[in-house]
Amino acid sequence: MAKKPLGPVRRAFSPWDDPSEQPFIEFRNITKRFGNFVAVDNLSLKIYKREFHALLGGSGCGKTTLMRMLAGFEAPSEGQIFLEGRDLAGVPPYKRPVNMMFQSYALFPHMNVEKNIAFGLEMDGLPSKEIKSRVMEMLSLVKLEGFAKRKPHQLSGGQRQRVALARSLAKRPKVLLLDEPLAALDKKLREETQLELINLQEQLRMTFLIVTHDQEEAMTVADRISVMDKGKILQNATPGEIYEQPNSRFVAEFIGDINVLDGQVTNKELEDVKMFSSVLGSHLDVCYPTAANVGDHAALAIRPEKMRISFDKPERLGTNAIQGEVWDIAYMGDVSIYHIKVAETETLRAIVANTARLVERPITWEDQVWLSWDSDAGVILTR
Amino acid sequence: MTDPNLSSTDLLRSETIPPPRHELQDPENSPTNPTGKWGRFALICVPYVWLLLFFLVPFVIVAKISLSEAAVSIPPYLPVIDWGRGLLGLWEAAQRWSLDNYIWLTEDDLYWRAYVSSLQIAFISTLLTLLVGFPLAYGMARAPRSWQPTLVMMVILPFWTSFLIRVYAWIGILKTDGLLNQALIAIGIISEPLVILNTSIAVYIGIIYSYLPFMVLPLYSSLEKLDTTLIEAAEDLGCPPWKTFWRVTVPLAMPGVIAGCFLVFIPAVGEFVIPDLLGGSSTLMIGKTLWVEFFSNRDWPVASAVAIVLLVLLVIPILLFQRHETRRNEGDM
Repeated sequence: MAKKPLGPVRRAFSPWDDPSEQPFIEFRNITKRFGNFVAVDNLSLKIYKREFHALLGGSGCGKTTLMRMLAGFEAPSEGQIFLEGRDLAGVPPYKRPVNMMFQSYALFPHMNVEKNIAFGLEMDGLPSKEIKSRVMEMLSLVKLEGFAKRKPHQLSGGQRQRVALARSLAKRPKVLLLDEPLAALDKKLREETQLELINLQEQLRMTFLIVTHDQEEAMTVADRISVMDKGKILQNATPGEIYEQPNSRFVAEFIGDINVLDGQVTNKELEDVKMFSSVLGSHLDVCYPTAANVGDHAALAIRPEKMRISFDKPERLGTNAIQGEVWDIAYMGDVSIYHIKVAETETLRAIVANTARLVERPITWEDQVWLSWDSDAGVILTR
Repeated sequence: MTDPNLSSTDLLRSETIPPPRHELQDPENSPTNPTGKWGRFALICVPYVWLLLFFLVPFVIVAKISLSEAAVSIPPYLPVIDWGRGLLGLWEAAQRWSLDNYIWLTEDDLYWRAYVSSLQIAFISTLLTLLVGFPLAYGMARAPRSWQPTLVMMVILPFWTSFLIRVYAWIGILKTDGLLNQALIAIGIISEPLVILNTSIAVYIGIIYSYLPFMVLPLYSSLEKLDTTLIEAAEDLGCPPWKTFWRVTVPLAMPGVIAGCFLVFIPAVGEFVIPDLLGGSSTLMIGKTLWVEFFSNRDWPVASAVAIVLLVLLVIPILLFQRHETRRNEGDM
């Protein structure tokens, strides 16, 4: 396979920080109830033009319902949805300038690839010549030029996924909605397709809204992520902020792996906080801006890759160090995850990159080691 | 993006090398197939033996009678094959067979008119049954899951009573002082009772009523399988609901439509009970003609010829249709 030239570098993009910027899509105080079940709970969200936004959460968190309300398949029980400042209430799905790529792809089984892609264009009453050229353009965009006459059942899963993508892009919608678009693909294909989605979005300069339960997927593709739980958005921020500054225990634990230690704030001077962890029986230094006051219960969360292990006690200033025993080692190839037993009921995880070959691994099972992290590596969570 | 022809699954597939020839087991002795070749053969044989005994043999007998000539005897036709003389008896009988009965069918226009009228009545009532059955099946398929078994049961329920009794009941409804006329007069829609019984309308009503379940069930089964996200996808792409119905729902329900139409049309063509009980003397249907030939005229050979022609009339279009379908499916590949 020949290597393609790489696309343009993704430049910094942050319209949400610009107060003069108007939102492209706005969910305003949206509530959706199904009987007694509240699927979306008084939720507000602004999405900006050309943003790649991800709704991330477990099943039943309301992310799909939120997207379906934008597509027009469900009507909000309360609240309004605006697209370019226009209230979408009462606009049926077939009149909304948004298109959706369905999780099941929903390709019409009785039509071939060409007819599937042309379907939306025919509905717009475009002249057949233009439909033809637009279909060809879409087929080349998703690299399926030779497949125009195939029926969906004659395609592989990956090809079907691309036909579905082409069909939803053919009408050049103002917003492309992606409902778990890659869930049915195997890991390698999924990773490739994620990068393709990013390039496509750059190329077409369109606004994408993706629903996913896969945090890696959301981190890879999105400009901003809304982490959802129980019909509410817990945090709406860039992938970096979500990962490094989670605002709650749920977000911290949902995205990646994290060590959480319960404790109490014992001292606070600006950003220098001292916490007492009863399970470790020791005071810990944290450098993190927090609203917690002295005496408050809070949790200290540290990502495993920010933890270090060593035989000797690190004596550097601003470093927390606790002693423990190597309880288990999970060898992942690129990294190893060390489970260190630091108390009778507590193990903490540290990730160590396997820079050397496996043969000479200095730290092994049942070794007494020091687990350490910098005071600015952790995050204080109050909820 | 990789080469579209080679997705990663394709790559994997191309790496699986078929096992060497000598390792392939003889299917007859394979441990996974204890019954072996003969077991499979016997299994396939059962339906064929069934068809041979209960379809082909009676068909050959009827075909043979249709080539005979009527006679006042038992059985009421000649020649009778003298099986006592073996193949010689068959040969002697065969020499006396003729196509006279078929020629007779073309000479008297009663038969011709009866065939055309039957096909016409069957065609129109199939269309009407489809018209009534589609909304019914659609409603059933879209009903809440928990209701669906009950709804299917309600469609099947009429089969619990005898078909004959149900058709008789329609006489009570349709006759001049019947329930329908009484109800219509009571509401004030009409002042004089309508003459429905003993007309073609009564026959249509009878056929639609009797064959509706045969239309609804295959339609329901194909509509129930229809993925509702396809409907949503069509609407999402700008297709209003009524257009979605014609562009997505109907094409995908086509197998059910075709099966239902065949199930209604074929028996309706040869229907005897409904035109006999509900239709008048002017309603000409081949089933009735057949009955008259067989029982009133005791002309078994002509009755048999009528039956054979009917079969040919029905089988040929079905075979042509099937060939067309096979070609169309192959054309996709």
